[in-house]
Amino acid sequence: MSESNVAIRVEGLGKQYHVDSVREPYQTIRDAVARGVRDAARTFTRSSAKRGDDLFWALRDVSFEVERGTALGIVGRNGAGKSTLLRILSRITTPTTGRAVLSRSTSPLLSVGTGFHPELSGRDNVFLNGSVLGMSGRYIRSKFDEIVAFAEVERFIDTPIKHYSSGMQMRLGFAVAAFLEAEILLIDEVLAVGDAAFQKKCLAKIDDVAHHGRTVLFVSHYMAAVSQMCTKAIWLDRGELRLSGDTAHVIESYLADSAMGSGERTWGGADAAQPGNDRVRLRAVRIRNASGRASDTLDVAKPFTVEVEYEVRQLLPYAMIYFTLRTGDGVAVLTSVDAYDGLVGERGREPGIWVSRCTVMGNFLNEGAYYLDVTGAHPMVEYFFQEDAALSFTMEQTGSVIGVFPNEWPGVVCPALPWSIDRIGTTAQSQAS
Amino acid sequence: MDGELIVIEPPRGWRGLGLRELAGARELLGFLMWREIRVRYAHTTLGVLWTVLQPLATMALFTVVFARLGGVASDGVPYPLFALVGLVTWTYVSSAISGAADSLIANPTLVTRVYFPRLVIPLAPVGAGLLDLAVAGVLLVFALAWYGIMPSLARVWLIIPATALLVVATAGLGILLSAINLRFRDARYTIPFALQLWFFASPIAWSTASLPDRWRSLFAINPLSGIIEAYRAALLPAAPLDPSHLAGAAVVSVLLLVGGVSYFRRAERSFADIA
Repeated sequence: MSESNVAIRVEGLGKQYHVDSVREPYQTIRDAVARGVRDAARTFTRSSAKRGDDLFWALRDVSFEVERGTALGIVGRNGAGKSTLLRILSRITTPTTGRAVLSRSTSPLLSVGTGFHPELSGRDNVFLNGSVLGMSGRYIRSKFDEIVAFAEVERFIDTPIKHYSSGMQMRLGFAVAAFLEAEILLIDEVLAVGDAAFQKKCLAKIDDVAHHGRTVLFVSHYMAAVSQMCTKAIWLDRGELRLSGDTAHVIESYLADSAMGSGERTWGGADAAQPGNDRVRLRAVRIRNASGRASDTLDVAKPFTVEVEYEVRQLLPYAMIYFTLRTGDGVAVLTSVDAYDGLVGERGREPGIWVSRCTVMGNFLNEGAYYLDVTGAHPMVEYFFQEDAALSFTMEQTGSVIGVFPNEWPGVVCPALPWSIDRIGTTAQSQAS
Repeated sequence: MDGELIVIEPPRGWRGLGLRELAGARELLGFLMWREIRVRYAHTTLGVLWTVLQPLATMALFTVVFARLGGVASDGVPYPLFALVGLVTWTYVSSAISGAADSLIANPTLVTRVYFPRLVIPLAPVGAGLLDLAVAGVLLVFALAWYGIMPSLARVWLIIPATALLVVATAGLGILLSAINLRFRDARYTIPFALQLWFFASPIAWSTASLPDRWRSLFAINPLSGIIEAYRAALLPAAPLDPSHLAGAAVVSVLLLVGGVSYFRRAERSFADIA
């Protein structure tokens, strides 16, 4: 790779956080004073309490280069450091170690419609948002009509956006971002918005950008989008660079890793490593086959059980645990929640270790690779944990309905649906025989 | 690699005030100020009227309480005019400082989702408040006309340095408080109270001339003393002017700005992690 072809160079980049600062990001003057007194007392009594124990690396010793014009996908679980990496490259936050060199013409696109104010018109907000993203007023004026047309909100452009539907607001925000001229775009998961048709339009627009010699870094949980847009990918795992290379290879390895061949994934040891908060901590996710053993290879014909084990630390008046089952390329097959009957209020949980189990019937999923996103939440209030790609597994056929066909059986699912085959009349020919 | 590059490294020590970078964000500052103004006037149906009514109503109240009942001296000018000059100044200070102090907390996405020189965020309300100050200035002109008082041409130019110092002091404090507020979330509850104390410690309803000499120099530490005196001297020919008070205000205002910006720049490193 020739020197002039490198758009982004990252060398040994690391970011360290204080555990407290993540859980309780801001302080109060009262606490600061109390801590000052305590620390002073500590120095005085020469207590040897080390503060280093409370530190963890959100990103550690990450190095890579991105060639100009490349769209690089960044995959990894929640908390793997993907967003931290983008924030550092955007200069939103500073690294603890290492260095990165990139073009000054870099725009982060970490959320849609930054700077929007509900009381202002669509027109005002286009200028605000564009300006916040680094566009000049002259540039925005020159692109204004195109932006409005892209967002499909021409008729409402002088209406305060508080009267817009959330979809319209998203479209407007995205339209502004789509016209960013930056040499490097850093995109974080913003595509999970709006209607499917608009998503596709946005993907196409970004794809267009990438193919015009600009460099794109793209974080997404939507593997289909990553593989469609990106030719190269890197995989971050607990803050460290696990693998980099061609997108297909990286995604395949990333998904295969989740299972570790056991059909079980456990979290333990240090609290920071365990997904969750003060109320609930995720302990394990398992997939058990029909005979009750944890396994990552399952028979399409037989039922299997998804098991989520978690520790409840405080009395929970409301809680629900759910998973989204996705195909290897990220398409959601189904979501199932342990408050399936809607009676969330009657499923409060006392402190202790709990398991939520769900049995998925046999003769339902097709052959192929799948993975699970697992979430625990107090509906409408907070997420306890969100573990994407928590576990992956493979469905294989051992002589079920699929066995009839020698080749690939089309479809995400292949339920054994009941058919009836009836003769409903006779013809002259049938009588003759 | 070619073109203009940025190198991202761990912060080390003093990074300067970042004024060059700030200058590059002039246009953004303009847009954010314009947002403040648009939103303010969209919110209140009374709009401009409100910025005029507030000091007027307070002036009427003060005239009754301080001048009529309390017998407060007003440097030999009609008390309502005397108070109005102070109140117009104060209205700018208190609304700009409250706006700036809340600016980072109120706009977390501007801190955590995009990057630009963040000093722009608290500066926007400080700048936007100048429109209200100008509107209130027009009110003052009418009030002067009502009383048939003509500012002396020899001193009216004092409006310019006084306004400059007013903006410098307000910006300095607003910037400082915005960063403190983000870091210590209980700070914001003390701000209204601190502003109230500052209001009464400033010569708004009363005159520094009524203070004993040894106290007067102490009160000159408050930049508003020098600034309000300068405004009064500029507009009301009878009002006294002590140049040393204005010089004191200049020193304190500049110190406030440099101190505020320095603290902000240091605290800025962790803004995105705590916003």
